[in-house]
Amino acid sequence: MTLLRHLAAAIVAGALIWAASVQLNAFRDYQLAEIAVYVVAIAGLSVLIGLSGQISLGNGAFMAIGAYAAALLIIHLNWPVWAVFPASAAITAVAGGVVGIAAARLSGPYLAGATLLLAVALPSLALQWPSVFGGDQGLSITVTAPARLGATFPLTRWQAWVCSLAALITLVLLANLTRSRVGRNWRAIRDDPVAAALTGLNVGRLRVLAFVVSATCAGLAGAMLAFTTTLVSPGSFTLSLSIALLTGAVLGGLGTLAGAVWGALVVVLVPTYVTDVATSHGLSSGVAANIPIAAYGVVLVLVMVLFPNGIQGGLRRLAGPLIPANLTRFTEPDRHQPASKQAGGLTSPDRRRPVGEHQEEGTK
Amino acid sequence: MNRSHRTRALAVAAVVVAALVAAGCGSSSSGGGSSASAPGITKTQILIGSHQPLTGPAAPGYSEIAPAANAYFQYVNAHGGIYGRKIKYTYLDDGYDPSKTASVVRQLVLQDSVYAIFNGLGTPTHLAVVKYLNSSKVPDVFVASGCDCWATGYPQTFGWQLDYIREGKILGAYVKQHFAGKKIGFFYQNDEFGLDGIKGLGYEIPSSQVVSKQSYVPTNVNIGPAVAALKASGAQVVVSYSIPAFTALLKLAALKLGWNPTFVVSDVGADPITLAGLLEAFAKKGGATVQGNQLTQGIITDGYLPTLGDGSNSWIALFKKVHDTYDAKAPFDGNVLYGEAVGYTFVQAMLKAGKNPSRADLTKAISGGLPQGPSVAPYDYSATDHGGMMGAYMGVIKNGVIVQQGPVWTTDTTPAGAVTTFSGTQAPAPSSGMP
Repeated sequence: MTLLRHLAAAIVAGALIWAASVQLNAFRDYQLAEIAVYVVAIAGLSVLIGLSGQISLGNGAFMAIGAYAAALLIIHLNWPVWAVFPASAAITAVAGGVVGIAAARLSGPYLAGATLLLAVALPSLALQWPSVFGGDQGLSITVTAPARLGATFPLTRWQAWVCSLAALITLVLLANLTRSRVGRNWRAIRDDPVAAALTGLNVGRLRVLAFVVSATCAGLAGAMLAFTTTLVSPGSFTLSLSIALLTGAVLGGLGTLAGAVWGALVVVLVPTYVTDVATSHGLSSGVAANIPIAAYGVVLVLVMVLFPNGIQGGLRRLAGPLIPANLTRFTEPDRHQPASKQAGGLTSPDRRRPVGEHQEEGTK
Repeated sequence: MNRSHRTRALAVAAVVVAALVAAGCGSSSSGGGSSASAPGITKTQILIGSHQPLTGPAAPGYSEIAPAANAYFQYVNAHGGIYGRKIKYTYLDDGYDPSKTASVVRQLVLQDSVYAIFNGLGTPTHLAVVKYLNSSKVPDVFVASGCDCWATGYPQTFGWQLDYIREGKILGAYVKQHFAGKKIGFFYQNDEFGLDGIKGLGYEIPSSQVVSKQSYVPTNVNIGPAVAALKASGAQVVVSYSIPAFTALLKLAALKLGWNPTFVVSDVGADPITLAGLLEAFAKKGGATVQGNQLTQGIITDGYLPTLGDGSNSWIALFKKVHDTYDAKAPFDGNVLYGEAVGYTFVQAMLKAGKNPSRADLTKAISGGLPQGPSVAPYDYSATDHGGMMGAYMGVIKNGVIVQQGPVWTTDTTPAGAVTTFSGTQAPAPSSGMP
């Protein structure tokens, strides 16, 4: 039943996105596709951090794996997009499993360090085998809209449709997964791995599984990015991408699907919007170019000060009296006191402890 | 629970749609009322766009280029514009990240409706949009990259600066001529820039003379082992395809080893002002004091624009005047000269394209060939070749400025093509400062 409800909601959302995409200009359609890419990537990271309590600074590298897999499948095997996306995600899932096995033994700053290494080292592999990965110049793919849509149909709208559909399917699957037994188990190992182990949960296996799910999302996002930008090159998967994903997840609200949407909107739209404003106010280009970075920092500081649970947490707090507080979060509403009373993050510190603090005992 | 789930999902959907609508309201197309012969051209204005690394790792130095080009456009606008139209130059930051390049270029083309993309900077970044621009039939002129990839295969795209293969051949020919029988070592950046350069060098320098080839990656500043290997190979001449920071590191590492070979450095990594500053800064970090200009003394390099130090050159005088009026905050260095010179070339092309040019008129005008202008060698523009400059002169750094040695040499990008002396002379800059 839950599945049906999520599906119904996704269909409604899909219809609304379709209506919007037809209204928007071609560049906004492109941004819509970009937002969809980031929604998937951030949702995957958010599940990992917010639910299983592990951190990853390496999801940008997983995106690179998905993107290169997609590009190679399209270039050499000429696969259609509906086959490329799941295949790329599956390939990245395998990589996520391998990393996850190592990662499950680490926690806190050590895990952050290990995944950081991945983000720094992996994209430069493309430079080691330039004949396969195209080196610095990357791999270029051709994307065209289906002929039956007409010759004048904007390609960016097609990209927006495909990416939005992929994002909605991912959100539905994640919503179901996190509400299932697996999701409950993740929350258990996040809150107290020792207690969870005592109840018979396999903490290590659950952590690896969370890594696999997160990497799968990142891989799909990478394939979507390749489909959108039509070029895969190492310069797109720098450490700053991994950091941007983490920022988006924290800004939006860790562990919530709506938070991933908020995070994606901030990551994609704030820089463009702020640059537009800055240049239209006649600031010199040197200043205007740095304003998005400053704005990003200001937004991050403000959100963290005002809404420690991210934008989604903040909205919940503001709208507390209007909407039941358990909406839009993965966390089961029945775990603690009536949810509306602890909707503000400050009053439920146990759920949002910094990752790593609560894992020390379990891993020693 | 049931209702809450549905509401939750609906909330997500509402968020998405609200954001989209907000985004859509943010800006409707600002193309404006046009008596237009092409997108981006109105009665009073020609709108062009570019992607530039204004922030991020490639920003130091390169972020000066677009403001310098814009300074020249302001000079043109103040002197009557192009057939009465003023150039408006919108350059957006891509941070040298190809994904961002893809996004900002679509913004320029789809939303701002620019007439052309001008001087987009970087090989990996521009490769992310070159197919898109060509399939959208948007002129993509004077890419700021020395890759020879723009020369063929893209009808809308034109290179400008001397490509790395040609440059490598010219450096190689000079080394072969002046250092016959000496042991040569190569030091190069392990990407398309360095590899193309090495390719060009290899076309000219006999492989029996090359005793060691060492590469570096720009993310790893520990080049000690590579330099030690070059020294151990007994190289007497080191040809370096490095960006300025790594030219400075190479020089300092050799100094530390008490090794003093002759350095021949690509134009990219040999701007004396940049190098001297970097040398002093790096040495200071290591607790030593050096005189930057002393250390750059004797470095051999090449140049495809007149030398900055040559105050009597009419082109340098023009660009210095424009710089002092419109871009005085930036130092008058190689990047600024580059920006103004490529701006000049664009104005040449636009004037040739006609009074009410369509997009095709611009590409046709360039394909028909352009006069040399600020370039010391002619361009190879034709219907089949969109590469750009064909040659350069060799020079030596003396007291912080490059001093030209001998004639301008030209060549092609093929292994067998000869490196020949350019017999023509460069016309002086027009006194009006307008092409």
